[in-house]
Amino acid sequence: MLTKKIKNRIFFLIFIFLISIVAISFIIKSLNKNILYFSSPTAIKQTEDILFGKAMRVGGMVKKDSITINQKNIQFIVTDFENEISISYSGTVPSLFAEEKGVVAEGRLTDKNFFVADRILAKHDENYMPPEIKEIIEKNVK
Amino acid sequence: MLSNIGIGLIASTLILSFLIIYIAILNLKISRQVIEKNIYKLSLFQTTFTVLSFFVLIIGFISSDFSLINVYENSHTTKPLFYKIAGTWGNHEGSLLLWVNILVIFSYLFLVFSHAHDKKFRLYTLIFQNILILGFLFFLLLNSNPFNSIYPIPLEGLGLNPILQDPALAVHPPLLYVGFVGCSIYFSAAMASLLSDYGGKLFAQSIKNWVKISWCFQTLGIIVGSIWAYYELGWGGFWFWDPVENASLLPWFAITALMHSLIVLEKRDTLYAWVIILCLSTFILSVTGTFLVRSGILNSVHTFASDPSRGLYILFFLSLMIFSALTIFFLKYKKKSYNLNLKSKETFILANNWFMAFFLITVLTGMLYPIFLDVLTNVKISVGPPFFNIVIIPLVVPFMFLMGIGPKFGWIKSKNKILNKFFFVILGAIAINLFIFYFFGKYSLLSNLIFIAAIFLILHSLLDIKKFINNKNKNELPRIISHLGFGLLVFFIGINHQFSFEEDFNLKVGEIKKTNKYQINFKNIEIKDTKNYKAVIGVFKLENLKNNLVQYLNPEIRIYSNPETLTYEAAIKTKITSDLYLTMSNVSRSEYYNIKFQDKPFMIWIWISSIMIAFGGFTRLTFKKNED
Repeated sequence: MLTKKIKNRIFFLIFIFLISIVAISFIIKSLNKNILYFSSPTAIKQTEDILFGKAMRVGGMVKKDSITINQKNIQFIVTDFENEISISYSGTVPSLFAEEKGVVAEGRLTDKNFFVADRILAKHDENYMPPEIKEIIEKNVK
Repeated sequence: MLSNIGIGLIASTLILSFLIIYIAILNLKISRQVIEKNIYKLSLFQTTFTVLSFFVLIIGFISSDFSLINVYENSHTTKPLFYKIAGTWGNHEGSLLLWVNILVIFSYLFLVFSHAHDKKFRLYTLIFQNILILGFLFFLLLNSNPFNSIYPIPLEGLGLNPILQDPALAVHPPLLYVGFVGCSIYFSAAMASLLSDYGGKLFAQSIKNWVKISWCFQTLGIIVGSIWAYYELGWGGFWFWDPVENASLLPWFAITALMHSLIVLEKRDTLYAWVIILCLSTFILSVTGTFLVRSGILNSVHTFASDPSRGLYILFFLSLMIFSALTIFFLKYKKKSYNLNLKSKETFILANNWFMAFFLITVLTGMLYPIFLDVLTNVKISVGPPFFNIVIIPLVVPFMFLMGIGPKFGWIKSKNKILNKFFFVILGAIAINLFIFYFFGKYSLLSNLIFIAAIFLILHSLLDIKKFINNKNKNELPRIISHLGFGLLVFFIGINHQFSFEEDFNLKVGEIKKTNKYQINFKNIEIKDTKNYKAVIGVFKLENLKNNLVQYLNPEIRIYSNPETLTYEAAIKTKITSDLYLTMSNVSRSEYYNIKFQDKPFMIWIWISSIMIAFGGFTRLTFKKNED
């Protein structure tokens, strides 16, 4: 026969088990909702079922002479030397943001050629190239 | 010259480590209950040598001895003296030497201050600590030697990254390192406790002060890093959920859980296994964090020194640590019966531990998932702040309620009477929340709950302070300060988040921008020339349209020459009720300057309340001493 003590213990274990399942499924569900995919301009052009309006990251090189600035925002073109995409952004840029340097922008696609960024990421080290961009460039520039 | 002295000192430390382990093992076999004098002496020598080696490196930096590669790569003759010294630990090799220093110093201090405890336990702790020291010393010598020399000797150094030339970042690494590496001593003690069968209350007493010390320093280190990010990175936030920040949070969750469950072990002699697991995982998580950051696996906005070859060694050492920890745990751990009383303090401390474990798992998942996905499928993703906010913030609500209620319960069983008081405090919290809601602005249901929970915790802590003044709960002051600090922190973060105002725009010199509360006039730019950098300084006149108060803000664009780098310095006007924050940048010498303007209420209070949390820990350290 099960004593009261053992019964309590079994209930306690079941309770913990259920709580952990709820907690873990909660974590996984929110994780799937909130991941940001990284894409290059070429990948955006080639993907058929791309989601407009969903947060993502785009990276590449800032094209030479492509930066224009007006009262509201900054616009520039990011290239992976095969395809290009226009990005618009408002706010201060990181100090390493410059033409012909690597950049990662976080924001949303409005169509396949135009991206609105909420955030521009650039690294502290001037020699540093984000690995994603390095890969793209090595693939396209031979 | 310095290179040889440095390497000599490191080598002697290494030899001493071997000697200490050898003599300690011999000493274990002798049945006398005293540790041999030689071990104390050797340990003292070891400490002296490592500390000296660190001073040798500092001298190298002060005298700009570019025959050391490390000095050449990270220093420059024109750099201010303060940053020359801070540069010692601002780079990978130097910070690793600091790491080893703390390992050795803690090892010696533990040996000296643990004399009340079992000899076998102390000796095992010393042996494990020295194995850790050896592991990191070999890493230092083989892979990241700060004393490597260079020939021919360069005339000038490359300079320190300007973004690191900052007072907050000069103290940030030492604080964090004392916090992280300080965990090593109870990692070793936990292993020793399993091997020497020295558990329970006595074990808890032997490590509790070390846990408190490392907790205080970790907390303070994280806060200083956050303050630095706020004024230096120029986007106006203080927590980014950046991989590097997350890496520092992981051991903090584990150590906070440990600090609480250790009280249970000391008072009630239960939870021994759980405490051991937390001791082991705190240090393992510290090393994991360092491994992920230093190896460059984590792609972060502030990784300064990274190199993949370093990762391999740390990964190897880390696996060895985890493997041996698990082996010893499963071989030696003896099961004890365990009774839990639902209405006791233990339940609440356990609840604290569950929450901590949940936060830890969340942050760990968010951090590691992108790495796994990249390795397995080559799909590149990142996990942004929304994930952490959605998962963690709602749980802070019940967490804070329990934080307020828990300490009120007695150890074994409590009466139902205290529940009445909670009811009134909740009513008070709801009333205050409604007041803020109606008079200052509306916000979501979740925010309402967060405010109520935070105010609940604050009110409870204030009631406790009243009790303390009436001399009723003498030993509880540290807990009250830390819990009150946490309540205030969440409250002010909530207010700050809810009522912050932000606007981005571009302006030419002479132009005016009107927002609904401020008129911003970009009057002029000035050029300043200093020894270390040139600066373009913007002169902004800010007029508050509501009370016509005029203020001037001066953000800077700095051009450092060694190494050639551009940094943007935010202009921050701090007041008791709010911070005005303005940064400007300029792209391709365009006429337009990009401006980010923010009005952030109660910013300073976020720092004050978070420092209160750490301060509570420090008072606990002095408190217990008085008691002894």
